[in-house]
Amino acid sequence: MNLIKIGNYLIPIVVLFIIVYALKKKVKIYDSFVAGAKEGLEIAMSILPFLVAMLFATDILLKSDILNRAFDLFTPILNIIKIPKQILPMSLIRPISGNASFAVMIDLIKSYGPDSYIGRIASAIQGSTDTTIYVISLYFGSIGIKKIKYSLWVGLLTDLVCVITSVILVSIVFGCF
Amino acid sequence: MMNKLWALFVIVGIIFSLVTGNADIINKEIINYPSEILNIFLSMLPLMVIWSGIMNIAKEAGILKKISHFMRPFFKIIFPEIPSNHESLDYIASNLTINMLGIHNASTPFGLKAMKSLNELNKNKDEASRSMITFLVLNTSGVTIIATDIIAIRSMYGSINPSEILMVTILGTIITTVVALILDRLFYKFRRK
Repeated sequence: MNLIKIGNYLIPIVVLFIIVYALKKKVKIYDSFVAGAKEGLEIAMSILPFLVAMLFATDILLKSDILNRAFDLFTPILNIIKIPKQILPMSLIRPISGNASFAVMIDLIKSYGPDSYIGRIASAIQGSTDTTIYVISLYFGSIGIKKIKYSLWVGLLTDLVCVITSVILVSIVFGCF
Repeated sequence: MMNKLWALFVIVGIIFSLVTGNADIINKEIINYPSEILNIFLSMLPLMVIWSGIMNIAKEAGILKKISHFMRPFFKIIFPEIPSNHESLDYIASNLTINMLGIHNASTPFGLKAMKSLNELNKNKDEASRSMITFLVLNTSGVTIIATDIIAIRSMYGSINPSEILMVTILGTIITTVVALILDRLFYKFRRK
């Protein structure tokens, strides 16, 4: 079975299912779509300042090349386990901020191409996990929890697992080493 | 925390560029990159708007409620300490369902409500309860099935098949979520001994 092909069926099938199901339930589909689209536009506008801020700061950090130079030290080890060093800055930033790692993903996709090994791994890391530190500080902060116990460790270990699985899955699914 | 992080990124980036003699590169970035940010935003916008529209249809047709309903048996296993009719379960279900469909910013309000509701069951108010940590771990591990923003970016930079990555992100999401839940259990058991 071709795993890539299945991915292409997913969105059309979900859209078709929702619309047919809604027709059956006699939802006013057009009105409902427009109302939702309006809400989506408002959400998009509300995240724009955060996106601009994080993309801008992350771009300056990346273009200074300091992360790549720092991670050059690890190149020999990484070559043995076949993890491209270019994804290290992203792995480091992924648990801290979703928008920042999104910016790194865009940078990698731009530099190496969306259909390259590195571009695909970057997409996979971005899509398979969520921000650990941001979510913990937001959710626990909102109700005044001070002792977060083992939650940070579970989150960070999961992020590490995410990077490793992303590399393995991209290698298996696209067969490119 | 974001304040410190933002300052750190900008300061370290600029100082390192100046020290290594790349002032012109960073100068160009500061002047030119903002217009690229706008392009990135514009490339994500249509898909976000369309997806929100479709999700609203799903919501009004009662599909989101159905999905929440299907999650209930699963909740009994992962949240053994929450009474089965407690309202926090509704918020958790809404948060996870919206997250699965890739609209993170719309899921946050439900996540915050879920936390508040879980805190009512919490005996020690400044300490995270077991259920809270499990819920948080589900959120940090990510449950996204349809990652529209990533597809939009891949498409913007000329991918031949932007959504081909879905299969990888779905498998990745399943693996990280299962790993997160197992680690959560292990840490809980280990800490109690």
